Amino acid sequence: MTGDHQTLALLLFSAFVAITLAITTWVSRHRQGSAEEFYAGGRLFTPMENGFAISGDYMSAASFLGISGLIALVGYDGMLYSVGFLVAWLVVLFLVAELVRNCGRFTLADVVASRMRERPVRIAAGTSSVTVSVLYLVAQMVGAGSLVALLLGGTSEAARAWTVIGVGALMVIYVSLGGMRATTWIQIVKAVLLLGGTVALTVGVLLRFHGDINRLLTTAAERSGHGEAFLAPGLSYGGDWTARFDFISLGLALVLGTAGLPHILSRFYTVPTARAARRSVIWAIGLIGGFYLMTIVLGFGAAAIVGSDTVRTSHASGNTAVPLLALDLGGGAGSTGGTVLFAVVAAVAFATILAVVAGITLASSASVAHDLYATLRRPGGKQRSEVAVARAAAVGIGAVAIALGLLARDLNVAFLVGLAFAVAASANLPVLLYSLFWRRFTTRGAVWAVYGGLVPSVLLVLLSPVVSGSPESLFPGADFQLFPLQNPGLVSIPLGFLAGWLGTVTSDEEPDAARHAETEVRSLTGAGAV
Amino acid sequence: MQSSNGRPGVQSRDAEYEDPWYDALAAGWGESAEQPAPVPAAREAGAAAAGPADVYLQVQRSEAFQEVRSRYRRFVVPGVIAFLVWYVAYVVTATTAPELMARQVTGAVNVAMLAGLGQFLTTFLLTWAYARHARLRRDRAALELRWDTQELSRSRGGAA
Repeated sequence: MTGDHQTLALLLFSAFVAITLAITTWVSRHRQGSAEEFYAGGRLFTPMENGFAISGDYMSAASFLGISGLIALVGYDGMLYSVGFLVAWLVVLFLVAELVRNCGRFTLADVVASRMRERPVRIAAGTSSVTVSVLYLVAQMVGAGSLVALLLGGTSEAARAWTVIGVGALMVIYVSLGGMRATTWIQIVKAVLLLGGTVALTVGVLLRFHGDINRLLTTAAERSGHGEAFLAPGLSYGGDWTARFDFISLGLALVLGTAGLPHILSRFYTVPTARAARRSVIWAIGLIGGFYLMTIVLGFGAAAIVGSDTVRTSHASGNTAVPLLALDLGGGAGSTGGTVLFAVVAAVAFATILAVVAGITLASSASVAHDLYATLRRPGGKQRSEVAVARAAAVGIGAVAIALGLLARDLNVAFLVGLAFAVAASANLPVLLYSLFWRRFTTRGAVWAVYGGLVPSVLLVLLSPVVSGSPESLFPGADFQLFPLQNPGLVSIPLGFLAGWLGTVTSDEEPDAARHAETEVRSLTGAGAV
Repeated sequence: MQSSNGRPGVQSRDAEYEDPWYDALAAGWGESAEQPAPVPAAREAGAAAAGPADVYLQVQRSEAFQEVRSRYRRFVVPGVIAFLVWYVAYVVTATTAPELMARQVTGAVNVAMLAGLGQFLTTFLLTWAYARHARLRRDRAALELRWDTQELSRSRGGAA
């Protein structure tokens, strides 16, 4: 990668940072400091704006670079990710978005706590939300570090460390100064940039093959070195049964985890009504679906145009497939077109990471301030101080994420994302669905459902080959591996549901019919919604 | 846009029934032939004795609410089961029966490719069906129930 790429990419990226900082200052000039404003951006975004923002929150660099790269290397098996990430949105649309908008105010815990004894439920749901957010955050920080090393040639440890610190500092500025309003606009800008870049590259690939998909696929299969097998499942997950179960586990976590991600749930509170929340999700499904369809074209395009071997030589897990494809589509290394396209892709990838990181930080600072702090503090505090706590929490979470991001910089990014989804599906989804739909659900059931999903999922990861027992583990020297799968979802998601059921049937507490009626009526009609 | 907060919190709750972006209810395209399905009203006689806390119980027992809830469930439950079964079947088949998935259909396109694109297609179709069902079968009734519930709460001393 030559100096031209780097200069141009840095220029474009600086422009993005300047624009987003301008948005943040502009927004925070008029800020009123209310909780409504900080957590929910005043609740007056339109469905289209929120739909773009949801897509911006969801389409991470792991999707843009990771999935296309995976498809370029292992063909069809990479495509399974795209499908899982999209189908997950049906769970959100059918069961979660409207009802959560009607029942809650700012966080997941609001929905559960409205029916239960508030204190234990808030602490449990707040803890699991923060855990999920921090895992997801670390994944993005690690991704930022390796991205700068890959794209800007700064392979030195110092360059990676400074990138992680820089990204962390920027996100703290966005979130603590601008709150939800600034974060939302950053997501919208980023979603437009990312979709624009993806459309341009997809059109480039299709033009190269004169719109002949069949020839694109055949060429990809030829140049991958795997032949026909490249276009069918099995290259990556077709090995032993452990690998197959691992994939089924991941597939389950992807499809059920999205509805439990705190930063996705908090987006539904930025629109005025449940119908607007529904409209937002429909926009998001359209945008996200289109995006994942295009990543498939880009993946096979990279295999056909760049060649799987070239991609593999550049980066072992394929993260550079799309930048290399951009270089080739623009006219090859050294040409102006190639340089420009490459720089655009690099800048878009950075923008993506920054925006996703800001969204998650905001959601977790809301959980810390609104759920944990508000429950644990002495009674009688004012609402204004809760926002101050949230701003401080954003700084604290930023610091934690920077530290963990530096420590975990050698972990696989896709694995960390899969893990965050698994924890969200195990700890957040069962309690949310039970509270919304089960009449007999009790406080003990809610607390058990959260911890019964959270503890096993984290524990199983600690005992998995990811942490110890294999050469690629976090601690290759030690061996306390007991659980064979990398992703805990297959076991921990059913455990979360089971624990919630068990806690409910064993508790003496009589379910409160009036509060269940309130939740049910509010969730379906919007009566009393804020 | 939307630079003003303009929502001074709890006091103005009652003024927020209308949805600023969708005042024209159920007025989507291509559905002039179908009228939104009517449901009975929630306000019934003989409810005046209860206290404010029982408003939600009363609404929950009303025929109108039962109708909205069963319409929602009758659509969502089969829908969720259908797409989850279809998705899990797809993932399990892809991991356990790659030979079946590798079967050629036309040109380079095989069963796996069609199944994957089929997942995208069913997702878009179900999204459309859900939106249409909600708009035609639930929205108007839900909005009326929301009015009625808040009206009832206010007449009982304002536990909205």
